[in-house]
Amino acid sequence: MAYKAVAHRKEDAVAVAIADLHAGETIQVRVLDGSAPLAVTVRGAILLGHKVALADIAPGGDVTEYGERIGRATLRIPPGEHVHVHNIESARWSA
Amino acid sequence: MRLTGYRRQNGAAGIRNHVVILPLDDLSNTAAEGAARLIPGALALPHAYGRLQFGEDLDLFFRTMIGTGANPNVAAAVVVGIEPKWTQRLADGIARTGKPVEAFSIEGSGDLRTIERAAQAAKIMVQDASETERVPIEPRDLVVSIKCGESDTTLGIAGNPALGRAVDWLVNAGATVIFGETSELTGGEHLIAARCAAPEVREAFLRTYAEYIEFIRSTGADLLGSQPTEGNIAGGLSTIEEKALGNIQKTGTTPVRSVLAPAEAPRGPGLHFMDTSSAAAEMITLAGAAGSVLHFFTTGQGNVVGNPIVPVVKISPNPNTTTSMSEHIDVDLSRLLAGDMSLEEAGTRVLEVFERTVRGRLTDAEALGHVEFVMTKLYRSA
Repeated sequence: MAYKAVAHRKEDAVAVAIADLHAGETIQVRVLDGSAPLAVTVRGAILLGHKVALADIAPGGDVTEYGERIGRATLRIPPGEHVHVHNIESARWSA
Repeated sequence: MRLTGYRRQNGAAGIRNHVVILPLDDLSNTAAEGAARLIPGALALPHAYGRLQFGEDLDLFFRTMIGTGANPNVAAAVVVGIEPKWTQRLADGIARTGKPVEAFSIEGSGDLRTIERAAQAAKIMVQDASETERVPIEPRDLVVSIKCGESDTTLGIAGNPALGRAVDWLVNAGATVIFGETSELTGGEHLIAARCAAPEVREAFLRTYAEYIEFIRSTGADLLGSQPTEGNIAGGLSTIEEKALGNIQKTGTTPVRSVLAPAEAPRGPGLHFMDTSSAAAEMITLAGAAGSVLHFFTTGQGNVVGNPIVPVVKISPNPNTTTSMSEHIDVDLSRLLAGDMSLEEAGTRVLEVFERTVRGRLTDAEALGHVEFVMTKLYRSA
């Protein structure tokens, strides 16, 4: 099956969709650090370029990509969920 | 790689051969553009500033204007200003490169006589420039710059790592590379700090970054709503940290050799950080003033920026953008996103387009007439 998302590191909490994703589909995730591919079942529609959660992230928890923190969760984010401005915020500048 | 360019009087190498007509100030745009209309091949660079600026802002203005005229892509320059003193200051700054420069002031003559004189000078410069022949040059002769815009997550996973490969190759071949975008390092500034070549460089970098954040605080505003931009958010970028971590990929892996003030020319080869805005046209204008002769621009959602004297090479890995905005994308890396192209191959594709652009092939932005020349202004005038 062709990959539909890419993660930078295997420990990252999110991957980036490289195709439009549909609710309920189980996708293969390529990992750029060379680790084995991952699989995740998508919970809702996610557009190309948007992120899908790979891990269960608690409210207030760090969201990681590139092996670095890209912000924190404002809600609980289960695996397969769309991760974006509705459920994460910058930890560096915020409202 | 077989590169050719124009060897200037001061030894610098350009890849274009423009004759520019530089207005010193906003009031002189009409005369500069009037002269350029009479002489095909002469290029006016109108802008909005140059009156009653002071202090650091005035220094930056002159550094940007002199640097633009001094850029190796410029064969010769005509300067037109409202009064003679600052007009001459700009002309003298450019003349230090040894290239032909002539200056005309409007007071006491009026627009029409100034246009005639400026056009006479520009005509001869265009004829002389047309005789300049391309000669073989090397990567070490070139200053180039990099920036991304209308970024999205596809740059972080594909477009910027590919450009990073090309940047590493260029730096290892002895070229000089400038990156900037101070605000867009937020969340990844520790990664740049760790790559600074010496403790003094690291201190200068961290001080520059801290001063920028302090400046934002002092305005009482924050950058939420501006950084990431609405275009970034539509493309899937959620926070400034995520944008920064993607942005940094394009700098490759070599050490950061120095920290430059806006429009300051690097003093040696390698990778240099310049304190700049992240706005596309402002950053490229500052890089051009620092001597950049070619700009690599990665875009996710599709930025169309160009520059009058610096060819801008657009690179996109986003298949939606390479399809819907194909006339703007010089390097299509959409196969990289899907994993159908290796990063190695993508870096090579970027360098192939680099070689052709250096040798004279017009970029999409040049062919489409994108000539954004935008001054960075630090504060309001007196």
